[in-house]
Amino acid sequence: MKKLLSEFTKGIVKENPTFVLMLGLCPTLAVSVTVINGIGMGIAATFVLLSANIIISLLKNIIPARVRIPCFIVVIATFVTIVEMAMKAYSPALNRALGIYVPLIVVNCIVLGRAEAFAQKASVGRAILDGLGMGLGFTLALILICAIREFLGAGTLMNYSLIKGFEPARVFGMPSGALLVIGLLVGLFNVLKNRKG
Amino acid sequence: MPPKDEIKDNRLTVSFSPHLHKDESVSRIMWMVVLSLVPAGIAGVAIFGLNSLWVILLGIISALVTEAALQVATKRKVSISDGSAFLTGLLLAYNLPPDVPFWLPIAGSVFAIAIGKQIFGGLGQNIFNPALVGRAFLMACWPKLMTTFSGPFDAITQATPLAALKEGKLIEHISYLDLFLGKHGGCIGEVSILALLLGALFLFIRGYISWHIPFTFIFTTGLITFIFGGTQPLGAGAGFGGDWLFHILSGGLILGAFFMATDYVTSPLTRKGQIIFGIGCGALTAVIRIWGGYPEGVSYAILMMNAATPIIDRYTKTRVYGA
Repeated sequence: MKKLLSEFTKGIVKENPTFVLMLGLCPTLAVSVTVINGIGMGIAATFVLLSANIIISLLKNIIPARVRIPCFIVVIATFVTIVEMAMKAYSPALNRALGIYVPLIVVNCIVLGRAEAFAQKASVGRAILDGLGMGLGFTLALILICAIREFLGAGTLMNYSLIKGFEPARVFGMPSGALLVIGLLVGLFNVLKNRKG
Repeated sequence: MPPKDEIKDNRLTVSFSPHLHKDESVSRIMWMVVLSLVPAGIAGVAIFGLNSLWVILLGIISALVTEAALQVATKRKVSISDGSAFLTGLLLAYNLPPDVPFWLPIAGSVFAIAIGKQIFGGLGQNIFNPALVGRAFLMACWPKLMTTFSGPFDAITQATPLAALKEGKLIEHISYLDLFLGKHGGCIGEVSILALLLGALFLFIRGYISWHIPFTFIFTTGLITFIFGGTQPLGAGAGFGGDWLFHILSGGLILGAFFMATDYVTSPLTRKGQIIFGIGCGALTAVIRIWGGYPEGVSYAILMMNAATPIIDRYTKTRVYGA
């Protein structure tokens, strides 16, 4: 039981996809301008991650090893298409804000990475826990980066202005600010990890 | 038992090298550079008023506080007395317009020391000149505050000579003497060429800086602005009519060339490398001024060449004799 639980919790801190595995940085850098974007991206990626993990884990004995990557991509692309169509139907504004990065979840290296490194070797139950944990870790990391960037770069949080008269530092809304924030957070993660271990 | 008649003659005493000892240290050099920058600060305060003095002091104090705080937080020796953080804060403040709000030098200094220097491991480890990192950060964050200049002796907003040139309207009444003395809009520490040259002369005489970077820097900027900086385009039979003296005397060229491009940490080690570095800085400055989006390019030119410094060092390494 404890081992099963750790499949879930490892994605949040110990093997956090963004800060430790350093996967999926492209959408992280691109969409982490506002917290709303981050939550939307995180949920979308979590759904794809979970569903793809389940299907791939179920099909692991059928998929021939030599063509496994194309097979994974087909499975992942199916779920990304579902996410994209659902997002267009129910939340067109978010879809516009995330733009090309929704279809690009297909090539998000977290999803393919978990399929290749975990789901194709694991039971369905463990694949579900892994998908949920990784998705949650990715979402939390995104929200953290988004919150810092939105507050410093636009002076708001969830589109609410917090401090009156605060002159936002525009660089944090730009790509250079994203690299800066992620770099500092990765450094902080390493410091905390080394202190513990 | 030593022999009774010890050798008195120094020429016969054999000792280990190095034999010549000079009383120099990093912190001594840093404080000397600070000293050489004092005239420019006095000139800036005299020209733009007391507000610029507060900007300078806030820049210095917040640089020192940030350095000490980070060194305490990472359990390293607090080394704010070595003058390097002081110098960074001072140079950053010299690169600000005189009438900025008081939080701007603080934000710049904190960023310059924390991100520009301590993240890399402190003095000697940084890739970029910290003061210029701070300036670039402020330019990217608050471009409007960083490009609103007040004129000399009054608080009326006035474009810098270079900004006016960029917009195609030269300030008619500005003379070379005004530029030389600093009677025009600009950053606190960059306007008075006279005061800056006094400080630079002091550094030259004491041997803290060599001619290689500043002179090639200034010469290249002058040459390129002379060739391409004319009012008519080259193809139209004109060219070679650029106002090179105007370009040399305005903006931050003198401050940058003598005091920031020569930073020991971020410039090449060999003479040959320093010449390449200076030419690169000069060319980039001229390119940004003539064709770029910004009126002034000294700080970005130096930052870009800072990035190129490791590769310049690699290709200009002196050959070992006989190798």
